[in-house]
Amino acid sequence: MGLTQIFASILAASLVGALTRGTTRVFSLLALSVLGVYWFQPTIPLRSFDFWIPSLSLLLVTLTWFITSQSGAWRARQNILGLSIIVGLITLIDLTRYIFPDPFITTTTPPRLIIVIGFFVFTAFAVSLLATLSRRIALTLSLAIILLITILLILKSPILSLQTSTLFRALANRPTDTASALDLRWLGFSYIAFRLIHVLRDKSRTPQLTLSGSVRDKQMGRLPELTFPEFATYVVFFPSLSAGPIDRAERFVQDLKKDFALTQDETLMAGQRIAIGLFKKFVVADALAYIALNDSLATQVRTTGWMWIILYAYTFQIYFDFSGYTDIAIGIARLVGIKLPENFAAPYTKPNLTQFWNNWHMTLTQWFRSYFFNPFNRWIRGYKNVPAWLMLLIGQLATMSLIGLWHGATVNFILWGAWHGLGLFLQNRWSDFAKTRFNMNNPRLQTALQFGGTLLTFHFVALGWVFFALSDPSLSWQVFMKLFNLL
Amino acid sequence: MEIKPRLFTVLLKATLLFVLFNFAFILTNNIPLGKFTLYNSVFPGRERFPFGEHPHAYNLSLFNLDAMFASHILVGTSKASDEYRVLLIGDSSVWGTLLTPEQTLAGQLNSSAISACGKTVRVYNLGYPYISLMQELMILDEALQYEPDMVVWLTTLESFPRDKQFGAPLVANSPDRVRDLIFKYELNGSPNDPALNHASTWDQTFVSQRRALADLIRLQIYGALWSSTGIDQFYPENYERAQTDFEADDEFHGLKPSASLRDTLSLDILDAGMNAADAPTILVNEPILISNGINSDIRYNFFYPRWAYDEYRLMLDEYTSSRGLHYLDLWDLVPMEEFTNSSVHLTPKGEAMLANKVGEAIQNFCAMK
Repeated sequence: MGLTQIFASILAASLVGALTRGTTRVFSLLALSVLGVYWFQPTIPLRSFDFWIPSLSLLLVTLTWFITSQSGAWRARQNILGLSIIVGLITLIDLTRYIFPDPFITTTTPPRLIIVIGFFVFTAFAVSLLATLSRRIALTLSLAIILLITILLILKSPILSLQTSTLFRALANRPTDTASALDLRWLGFSYIAFRLIHVLRDKSRTPQLTLSGSVRDKQMGRLPELTFPEFATYVVFFPSLSAGPIDRAERFVQDLKKDFALTQDETLMAGQRIAIGLFKKFVVADALAYIALNDSLATQVRTTGWMWIILYAYTFQIYFDFSGYTDIAIGIARLVGIKLPENFAAPYTKPNLTQFWNNWHMTLTQWFRSYFFNPFNRWIRGYKNVPAWLMLLIGQLATMSLIGLWHGATVNFILWGAWHGLGLFLQNRWSDFAKTRFNMNNPRLQTALQFGGTLLTFHFVALGWVFFALSDPSLSWQVFMKLFNLL
Repeated sequence: MEIKPRLFTVLLKATLLFVLFNFAFILTNNIPLGKFTLYNSVFPGRERFPFGEHPHAYNLSLFNLDAMFASHILVGTSKASDEYRVLLIGDSSVWGTLLTPEQTLAGQLNSSAISACGKTVRVYNLGYPYISLMQELMILDEALQYEPDMVVWLTTLESFPRDKQFGAPLVANSPDRVRDLIFKYELNGSPNDPALNHASTWDQTFVSQRRALADLIRLQIYGALWSSTGIDQFYPENYERAQTDFEADDEFHGLKPSASLRDTLSLDILDAGMNAADAPTILVNEPILISNGINSDIRYNFFYPRWAYDEYRLMLDEYTSSRGLHYLDLWDLVPMEEFTNSSVHLTPKGEAMLANKVGEAIQNFCAMK
C-alpha cells in the first residue's frame, strides 16, 4: 500500500467507525474491503488480470464460506445481502470501463460486462455443485486446502509462476517470450490463503484431525458459525490485506459483533499507532532501504566493515518496514473497532531464538505452530524408536523450512528457514545443557547470559537475513566470506 | 487528575503548528543547508559532483551547488605545500559519463603522477553534465575559493549558443547565483530571464521544498554507498553508440551556413571565465567525434555541421590568440571508435590520449614560466 491508499483507508475507516453501527458497520467494512481488494492490487502485464485476480480472491472466499457454512445458510437475509454487495460492487467496478475514460479503482480497463456476467454464472454453478455435495466432509475441505496450497506454491515459485504466466499468455494469444515470474502478483494471497486454511481446518470434523488444537477451539465453542459478510470481511479485511497480521476468525468476529462507536480516545490511540507506523515505514525503513543488503551491493561492497553495516541496515529495514505496516494496519483497524493481534514485540532484544520467534511475525509463527508444528510433533512421537533430539531437530527444521517456503519457494528462503530451524534446535540443546551445568540463580551469570544471548541472537538473526535478502545462495556464501574477512 | 487530550484540540494545534512551521521554513532560505554534510568527515568526499538517477548509480542530481561542493573531495582536502592544484571545468565529458572515477580525465591525470612547477599535480574533477558555459562559469566561480594553481577549462561549441545558457537545470534553478554572476562579470544575460525559476514565497515553504530537502538527505545516505562501493554511476552492459550517420542537415541551432555564428555565441561568459581566476587558465577545445558515416561531408557528428564547427574553431583560435590566452585545440585528437554514447564522451583509451595532451600542457606551462 502506498501513502495515497493508506490515507484513503484512514479516512474511510474513520467515517465507518464514526457513522455506522451494528450490521451497517459490518456491511460497510465488507464493501470497503471488496473495493480494497481491487484498488490495492498492483498492475499486472496480463490483460485485465488486475481485475480477475481480486475477483478470484473473492471467488475463493465465497466458495470457502459455502463449504464451511451450514446447509442453506446462504438463504439468511444478511448472507444474501453480503453476496449482493460483492456482486454489486464487482459489477460497478466493471461498469467503470463504460463510464470513465481512464481506469478507476483497477489499474487497467476491466473486462467487458458479458465476461463478468459469465464469471458470476460460473460462480453460481460452482456453488450449486458444492451444495449438492455433502458439506464439511473431510474430502471437500482437504481438496480446498490443497487447492489453496497449490495456488500459493505457484505464486511463490518463480519457475511455476513463469510457466503459469506463459500458459495464460499463450491462451490469450499474446507473445510468450515476455512472460515473467512477476506477472502473477496476487496481492495478499499469502494472508488470504492462511486465513481460509485456518477456517477450513478448524471446521473439519474428520476423526484424524480431532486432536488438533483448532478443533479443540471449536469444541470449546471458540469458532462460531460465521455469516457471509463476517467471513468475507475477516478474510479480505482491508487494513490487513497486504501485510497481515493473520488474525483468527473467532477473535476477529468477536470484535466485529461488538457494539462499537468511535470515541475520541480510540481515535487518538489509533492515530498514534498509525503515525508511529508511518514513521517506521516511510521514514526509517525507506531511508535504510537505500543502504540495505541486496544482490547488487552484495558484490559491490569492498570491505568487511561496510558489509556488516549494510547487513545491519537490512536487519533494521526489514523490521521497521514490516512492523511499520503492521502498526498502520492495527491503527486503521482500531478506527473501526477491530483490535488486530500484535505481530512484533521488540524481537531484536530477545535473549534467545525461541523468544525471537515468539515476538517476530507472531501471527504467522502461531499459525504454523497450530497447524503444522504441534500436529507434526504429535505424529512423529508415534515413532518410539526415534530419539527425542532427532524428533525435535526434524520438527524445527521442517517447520522453519515451511515458513521459509511461505516467503518464496526458492532455495534461498528454504536455507533461511533451515538456518533458523537449526538455530532453534541448537538453542534448545544449549538451554538444556546450561541448566545442568550452571547455577542459574547467580544474578551476574543471569545478566551475562541475558546480554550475551541477546547479542548472539541478534547476530544469528542478522546473518540469517543474508539468505533471505539475496536471491542466489552462492551470493550469500560470498557475503558470509566477506563478513568474516575470508575473501 | 489526569487530563485527557481532546481530539479537536489536538488536530487544531497540529494544523496550526504545521502551518506555522511551513511558513517559518522560509526563514531558512538564507541558511546554506547544502553545506551541512557528512562527506569529507563520516564519508570520503566524492571524486566528482553528484549526478544521476539510476537506482544502481547510488547517486542523484540536485540543484544545490552548495551541497554539490560540500560532497566533493576538493572541499575536504587541505592543500599541501607540495600540491599543484588543478581544477578541471567542463561538461559530461569531463565528469566522465560511463567512466569510473579512475578512468576520467582527472583520474588518469592523477594516476600518471605528474609534477609541475616543482610540485605534485593533483587534479580535481569539476565537470558536470549538461553543456552550458554559464553552468561552467558558475562552478568555476564557486571553486576559486579552493586555491587553484591552475584551471583547465574544456569546452565545445555546443556550450556557447546564447539559447543554451540558462537551460541547464542547475542554472535555471539557481537564479540568485546567476544574478550575482551577471553583475560580477558584467554579462549580457538578464537576471529576469524567463528560463530562470524564481521562487515565489510559496515555493520557499517547507511543503514546496520537501523534495529538495529529501534530496539533501538522500545525498548524505548515498555517501554510505559511495564510501562502501566506490560507485557513483550506473554502468550499463550495453549502450547505444554515438550516432555516425546523419540526415543531410546543415543547420546549427537554427543557423544556416551563411549566418554569422559569432553573434549567437556567449563569448562574454567565456571571457568572464578565462579572467575569473588569479591562477592561469588553459582553454581546451575538447575532442569531438569525427564521423565517416552517411552525410559526414555535411556534419562532423550529431551536434555539429562542418561549416559551424570549422567557423567556431577559427573564431576560437583568433579569439584566444588576440587576448593572449592559453589555448589547446584538441578537436581531432581522438579517433571515432574511442567515443562511447555521445560525440563528446570518450572511452578510457580516449581519455588516456586526452590526459596525455592535457598533462603535457600543464607541465609545459610551468616550464615556459
